[in-house]
Amino acid sequence: MTEFASVGGADNVAAAARGVTKTFGRTLALDDVGIEIRAGESHALVGRNGAGKSTLVSILTGMQTPDAGEVSFFGEPAPPVADSAAWRRHVACVYQKSTVVPELSVAENLFINRQDLGGGLISWKKLRREASSLLETYDVAVDPDSLVSTLTVEQRQLVEIARALSIGSRFVILDEPTAQLDGPAIERLFDRMRSLQDKGVTFLFISHHLQEVYEVCQTVTVYRDARHIVTAPVAEMSKPDLIEAMTGEAGGLNVPSGDDRPSSAEEVLTVSALSGDHFSDISLSATKGEVIGLAGSASSGKHEFAETVYGLRKPSSGSISVDGASVRGGDVPAALKAGIGCVPRDRHHQGLVLDLSIAENATMSTAGAFVWPSAQRSAGSTAIASYDVKAAGPDQPVSDLSGGNQQKVVMARALAGDPSVLVLINPTAGVDVKSKESLLGVVDAQARRGKAAIVVSDELDDLRVCDRVLVLFHGQVVREFARGWRDQELIAAIEGMSSE
Amino acid sequence: MTKAMTPTVSAPATAEKQKFRLARYQDLALVPVIILLLIIGAILSPIFLTPNNLIAVLTQQSELSLLVLGQAMILIVGKMDLSLESTVGLAPALAVALIIPSSAGGLDVGFAAWLALPLCLLIGVAIGGLNGFLILKVGLSGFMVTLGMLTMLRGLQLAITEGKSLIDVPESFLYLGSTTWLGLPAAVWICIVCYAAGIFVLKYLRAGRSLYAIGGNSEAARAAGIRVDRVVWTVLIIGSVLAVIAGILMTGRLGSVAATQGEGMIFQVFAAAVIGGISLQGGKGTLFGALSGVLMLGLVEQILRLQGVSGFYIKASYGAVIILALIVTRFATGQKQE
Repeated sequence: MTEFASVGGADNVAAAARGVTKTFGRTLALDDVGIEIRAGESHALVGRNGAGKSTLVSILTGMQTPDAGEVSFFGEPAPPVADSAAWRRHVACVYQKSTVVPELSVAENLFINRQDLGGGLISWKKLRREASSLLETYDVAVDPDSLVSTLTVEQRQLVEIARALSIGSRFVILDEPTAQLDGPAIERLFDRMRSLQDKGVTFLFISHHLQEVYEVCQTVTVYRDARHIVTAPVAEMSKPDLIEAMTGEAGGLNVPSGDDRPSSAEEVLTVSALSGDHFSDISLSATKGEVIGLAGSASSGKHEFAETVYGLRKPSSGSISVDGASVRGGDVPAALKAGIGCVPRDRHHQGLVLDLSIAENATMSTAGAFVWPSAQRSAGSTAIASYDVKAAGPDQPVSDLSGGNQQKVVMARALAGDPSVLVLINPTAGVDVKSKESLLGVVDAQARRGKAAIVVSDELDDLRVCDRVLVLFHGQVVREFARGWRDQELIAAIEGMSSE
Repeated sequence: MTKAMTPTVSAPATAEKQKFRLARYQDLALVPVIILLLIIGAILSPIFLTPNNLIAVLTQQSELSLLVLGQAMILIVGKMDLSLESTVGLAPALAVALIIPSSAGGLDVGFAAWLALPLCLLIGVAIGGLNGFLILKVGLSGFMVTLGMLTMLRGLQLAITEGKSLIDVPESFLYLGSTTWLGLPAAVWICIVCYAAGIFVLKYLRAGRSLYAIGGNSEAARAAGIRVDRVVWTVLIIGSVLAVIAGILMTGRLGSVAATQGEGMIFQVFAAAVIGGISLQGGKGTLFGALSGVLMLGLVEQILRLQGVSGFYIKASYGAVIILALIVTRFATGQKQE
């Protein structure tokens, strides 16, 4: 429905930023950086948290004006920041956070603020028809009448992409689109990106998963500490080179494998025949110093199982015990008291109170009846030092920290009471390579100190720390892998192809 | 977009420190404004800075300040309670009616007079408890529940008293409303004690800090092992009990329970809390800030009164002052109000 054919040759530049500098107060967010995205390519932008990716996105989408430098689309200078309608014709962004209105229908969201389709009065029939044909054009199997709040994350993203393309934008920014998708959904998204690319759509793709960059992008740009480091064809950039560009240090991801961790026969955590939301009849036991991985798709019930062990959900049957003493189900304070610590699934939603200080967040689970500010501050300083949090001090609100450092504060909170069992759900989600190394190092160190841990994750790097990995499928354990599993094998099991 | 940015190499650590030190004193933002008001008052009226006048201001504000204390805690925990102003009237009216004979407008139940205070407090616990039950256990909207309670409790008071004032007020109420201890009215002492306790609890007790955690992110608070419902329920009950105490003091000071006692106060309660830096979104603000909001409104009101602003205009000017105060606070603290 849109005339993508008008896009010129391969060296046509869809979007470019040159000499862009942006400061926020005393913080330099971008230091004379540039990027050039050729029409029809998928261009990856990678960098550690705090590298300036988000700031560049907000400048490329007209949300903020750079202090210096210029932005252009297909050679034309960008419209003034005040003219948001003009920006939306040039560029669209699918953020991690949704930009659709959940309680309105898909059809209305697709044509939001242009529901009248130019007619002055809204014709709901016409709107619905236009929406269906738009969804059909982009092969999105969603009922235009359904409320957006009832869609899955994947469907919601597709609706956002379709909306962007229908406005006429041929340049789409995907800001960590895969963070909340499971394996098959990610593959479907990539297929769609490739087919849209064939039609001339240009993508800027932001992700923490370097593997995805190799899978779907042709060019990669690396930012580090607010500066542009390198732009190169993906084919000419090896993974170690890419990591080196991101971290400024040579070498790949240095995750402790824990091969040499001492094992023990002493059982700490015993879960027997536990059933609850989306899982049933799971039993497992963990000994001192043992790290157990739980893998599976988003609907496998792995998150629900872990949350039930920590008391965030009520079990329907079965029992949990720590050091032989049974733990009341569905009761977080009881779980804490029994010696279970937890890094919850989503740090923004459950892990942190963003307006409160590092010290207060880190001590939230363990404070005594009296809270002495000086003691709290010193506990905060200890957490900053022991978990390598980059911060100005214990009084700094966690909202000021980058994602990786926020996650370290959540880890500090989980470990504050010196629990004997750790439940870690997506412990390295959305954090950069350095923070990931440091967080997984903490898991290994805690296991060496005799703690048992359950690591729930989709990321193979996280699972490499584990002594064994259980794969869940539709709420049941279907496979168990000992150390030394092969990536393909494990992924096949996670996707439910393990029966052969 | 996220706030993740790289600090410049040139930004020294001391700059960060200064920022935090300033943030720590943010709840003192209104103190200069209060001092300014005292100076303006002194210029406009020679009697303004006399102890009698200042004590009068404190006494007038004592009842409002207790309501603000309760509401501030409820707002910090992320809820709101509109029914506080009706509790101010109903609790003393019901307690008095249960004691006095029908000839004096009572219910002829004939409870002993010494029961007046405990009865009153018990009614406060019941109202707060009911609000909490409807919001937390039944899962209704806090705004609508307390709006309904606002109307229902006021209506209940009218039904019990048939719209009349109760003038046969127990000794204990009159004592609290009129006596002075060490030169200050008892009402002022009660406020000082309540605020001191509140400020201490919200700063130094784990239970008090949990209010900020719940108001800031209740899911995170739950995951940290805080019993969210229990804390919120307790705060709602404390808020109602503080409203009851305000009602007792008002009854004692005026010597009767009017059918309209407390009516319209909720508007000032919210104004004082927001002026004092309490966020309507929860999780932010301090009780000291709320108290300075109350004092600020009280001083402005007294200045207007001493200037002899006509009774017909006082309401309009009071409303204007609240908006003006919000503007002043907005720029004194440098924060947008939500």
